[in-house]
Amino acid sequence: MNPARRQRLILILIAVTLFTVSVILLLIANRHQVNLFYSPTDIVEGEAPYDRSFRAGGVVVHDSVWRDHETLAVTFTVSDTINEVTMSYVGILPDLFKEGQGVVATGHLDDSGVFRASEVLARHDENYMPPEVARALEEAHRRGRITDSQLDTIREN
Amino acid sequence: MAFSMTPVWRWFHRWTSPPNFYRIARPWALGLMLVGGVALLVAWIWGLVFAPEDYLQGNSYRIIFVHVPSASASLAMYLSMAILAVISLVWKIKLADMVLRQCIPVGLTLTALALISGAIWGRPTWGVYWIWDARLTSMLVQLFLFIGMWAIHTAIEQQKLADKATAILVLVGFVNLPIIKWSVDWWNTMHQPATIRITGETTMVWEMLAPLLLSMAATYCVVAALVLYRTRWEILYRERKTRWVQDELGLRGQA
Repeated sequence: MNPARRQRLILILIAVTLFTVSVILLLIANRHQVNLFYSPTDIVEGEAPYDRSFRAGGVVVHDSVWRDHETLAVTFTVSDTINEVTMSYVGILPDLFKEGQGVVATGHLDDSGVFRASEVLARHDENYMPPEVARALEEAHRRGRITDSQLDTIREN
Repeated sequence: MAFSMTPVWRWFHRWTSPPNFYRIARPWALGLMLVGGVALLVAWIWGLVFAPEDYLQGNSYRIIFVHVPSASASLAMYLSMAILAVISLVWKIKLADMVLRQCIPVGLTLTALALISGAIWGRPTWGVYWIWDARLTSMLVQLFLFIGMWAIHTAIEQQKLADKATAILVLVGFVNLPIIKWSVDWWNTMHQPATIRITGETTMVWEMLAPLLLSMAATYCVVAALVLYRTRWEILYRERKTRWVQDELGLRGQA
């Protein structure tokens, strides 16, 4: 390669690499501005704002959903496997709202630490399977052949 | 220095000469379009009719057979364009600029298709068409980059300057590519993480995965064919004053 071209090539590669790496590091360092929602751990550690509304998300804990029979009020617990936060909501939940699935809710924390949601969105995970496979997994879980954590692991894999 | 004298280099220069590429691109474009088109038809019928429904999403997941191929091809397109931009800036090979110019409308279409199909899927699944998470926002930035490349190339009258400005914009925008790809791992987002993984296990049953992979491969073929077709037109346009193009189009002798 002639020297002028080689120099130009090296210059371009260095410039693109430096620019790309620095922008990405900047965005990763400012994680909280880029993140869509605060996790239960963020909330427990006091990183989430107390004075204004924000988004919180996590996986709905099994057997944690409690529905009021008279009204549309519902409470449930979301988890990031380390910490948990209880959410309360009044309204119609999305079709894909389900125990073991993710949610992202907008709302604020009340004085008792309950997240009062004004909007609940369902977050889909990366697993796709036919109903029969899902039913077989649930059945095995119900009969105690596989535990909660095993079920989650199978779903994750 | 010695490299520029090697037979490989001479062969490469001959191969990338516009008249040669114009000729060899034709059968390739036709072949890729036929194979890709048929495969895409098969993949879509397979995915929309024969693949099982999802346990949670029911039938709405089937938009994946449009969404994932177009999104994946748009990223592959951007990566190819970045390589072409480096070739154009360093080696000044005319063909690289011509291909790069014609990648723009195809990449723009793919990105728009990914965004639109994603929005249509998002409404029944998440509850909203759009949310400003890292994946969706960075994909929107890619759409703006393609629009910007098109605008900058059209706005600059002088061909060489237009090519150079476009190549530089491609490389500046390159930072967005790893951000799109890994946004779902680096930050928490509404968009789910990747289902198909090169390292680690793919979290989809085979009956759904097979038509998805086929639709992706087919889309790549169709996209490559489209770029080849469009590059042939670009070659004719840019070389319109040369003798070989006039001969090719049968224009000489008539005047």
